Amino acid sequence: MNLEKVVFGFFIVLAATLNFGFFIGEIDNPVHHDIYELFAAVVVNLIATVLKFGDRTQIGAIHLATSLVADLQLLAAAMTWGYAVHVTQLGLSASTMSSIVSLSGGALFANVVSVVILIAETIMQRR
Amino acid sequence: MNGTPTSAIFLVLRRLRTPLIVLIVIFAVSVLGLTLMPGPPDPNGGQMPPLSFFHATYFISYTATTIGFGEIPYAFSEQQRLWVTACIYLSVIGWAYTLGTVFAMLQDKNFLNALAQQRFARQVRRLREPFFLVCGYGEAGHLICQALDELGYRAVIVEKDEVKVGDLELQSYSADMPVLCADAAQPDSLIFAGLTSAHCRGVIALTNDDNANLAVAIAARLLAPSLPALCRAEHAETVANMASFGTRHIINPFEKFGEYMALALHSPAAYHLLLWLTGLPGTAVTRHREPPAGKWVLCGYGTFGKVMADALESAGLPVTVIDRAAPLAAAHNWVKGDGTGVEALIAARIEDAVGIVAATANDVNNLSTVVTARQLNPKLFTVLRQNHVANRALFDAFESDFAMVPAEIVAHECLAILTTPLLAPFLDAVRHADDAWAETLLDELTGRFGWDVPAVWSVGIDSAQAPAAYRLMAHEKQPLRLGELLRAPITARPPLKCMALLLLREGEAPRLLPTPDEEIQLRDQLLFVGSEEARKDLALTLFNGHTLSFVLTGRDSPSGLVWEWLADRRQTSKA
Repeated sequence: MNLEKVVFGFFIVLAATLNFGFFIGEIDNPVHHDIYELFAAVVVNLIATVLKFGDRTQIGAIHLATSLVADLQLLAAAMTWGYAVHVTQLGLSASTMSSIVSLSGGALFANVVSVVILIAETIMQRR
Repeated sequence: MNGTPTSAIFLVLRRLRTPLIVLIVIFAVSVLGLTLMPGPPDPNGGQMPPLSFFHATYFISYTATTIGFGEIPYAFSEQQRLWVTACIYLSVIGWAYTLGTVFAMLQDKNFLNALAQQRFARQVRRLREPFFLVCGYGEAGHLICQALDELGYRAVIVEKDEVKVGDLELQSYSADMPVLCADAAQPDSLIFAGLTSAHCRGVIALTNDDNANLAVAIAARLLAPSLPALCRAEHAETVANMASFGTRHIINPFEKFGEYMALALHSPAAYHLLLWLTGLPGTAVTRHREPPAGKWVLCGYGTFGKVMADALESAGLPVTVIDRAAPLAAAHNWVKGDGTGVEALIAARIEDAVGIVAATANDVNNLSTVVTARQLNPKLFTVLRQNHVANRALFDAFESDFAMVPAEIVAHECLAILTTPLLAPFLDAVRHADDAWAETLLDELTGRFGWDVPAVWSVGIDSAQAPAAYRLMAHEKQPLRLGELLRAPITARPPLKCMALLLLREGEAPRLLPTPDEEIQLRDQLLFVGSEEARKDLALTLFNGHTLSFVLTGRDSPSGLVWEWLADRRQTSKA
């Protein structure tokens, strides 16, 4: 067993689970979506991205690409949140909330792809 | 270097992984803590809410980067200040660590190598002109690169020794010479240096290691079979090995000098002609004393000594060998000893000898030998082996009759093969011609062009090298005579300062010294000797239709649609 592999797998799966935790619930109900969970998802996703740096294999490249997509989507969701609350001062309306959650849903998809690649890579290994 | 070159950007990303994660974690912890700390008391008696994520991110961003706008959006509570104090120290540690890693990486040898390799690869990839791949930048490599630069060719250099690579960067070549610090014996480095590139015109292996040259030869043979490979080889086994898989040009400096010596003994004029034609561009050739017939003394019976003994003996001259060990061939007279000592020279009867060859691998010993020998017999003809170009000052001061400098011989030979493939058949003819013919030719050529090394070039009458002449001959069926072409494209049309040495026509034997009335045919190959301007003028004549018609007729032909149409009208109205 390799500690590096454990850490790598841990962060990728954690990124997906946190993302899922935030995503689940009624799409336009702010009560179902916690801001701390979104924050954790963003941070863990960023760490997962950095962990994927510097791998020159084809699979490594796809890994990095999915992570970058997830980062982009989650940051967009966080920015939408901040804009709604602080810039427009309108607070979280149902439509803003649903756009935040749907953005995080896109990130969730990218994270699921990442997990699938991780599993496929593990299965391909013969030992 | 093993395998494909590492890309610098991946190396950077990989090295920066830990610092980046540390920064992200510090930032996240700081922001999170700030959103949890209770705010200050409200003027209305309640408590302000903690900072939102938006404000916390804003605050930490300017605090962590030491910009410090103050406490925004309100004056902080004591708990918040306590947390911010911790955040400031955390972020300083994070940045210090990241910057430390970055600077360590910039100093790192692997990283610098990766950068240098990338720059090299980019330079080679962007080369859009013919270039030669030179393996080994020693003394011969240095001479070749200088000559290639002077002739307007690019070179890509692979050299193992970092000191020599550094030395190369100090040379002021007119064009950039991409250089890779790698072992040329590795096929990967050769491919990386453009062996398989469409613009590569030839491979030159000049390292001082026979095995490395052999490796280059076989790599070139298998990976780029159509490219000419020129390989230096000093041992007979290497020569045989290279020849076995069809290396086209094997250059053995000792054999070559042996041939020169034999030629100089047999026909001094032919020898001088050869020296003059294959000299390094920008140098002058001086006329040597002719090697006399009589008894010779040879000091040092190594690889070169053997070749020299053979050359002298095949000319019918007796040779006495001075060496510490007995020569394998028992036929030679042998004196045991060291050429640097007076006793051995006297024992070899130096006072009766006409010439001495100092052929050991040690420059100082060679000089010492000939200086001692000259004291014993001032009329001696001296042949000196100079192993290092760096010792030139000493050898120039001594003024030997022949100096054999392996690096220079290799460079001459390479240049002759690379730049003018037609020269080889001409030189063969010179080697086998009689002395009187060579003497006349040498006097005529040096009388016209001087003793400075001339430009020697070949021209093919085809659509690529001579499009104007080709069009005229192929479409308008106009016959062209050699003499008509060799005129300068200026008002008086004086003859060009050049001369045709050889005419090669398909299906015919090579013709030496074609006369000016010789009619040129399509696909002829011609070898010229003359001045550099003549070469440029002739190239212009053969390339440009207007210049060609001026050179042939002495009239400027009109260019441009309107003027051509006007000229046609005038012609027809006259007729």
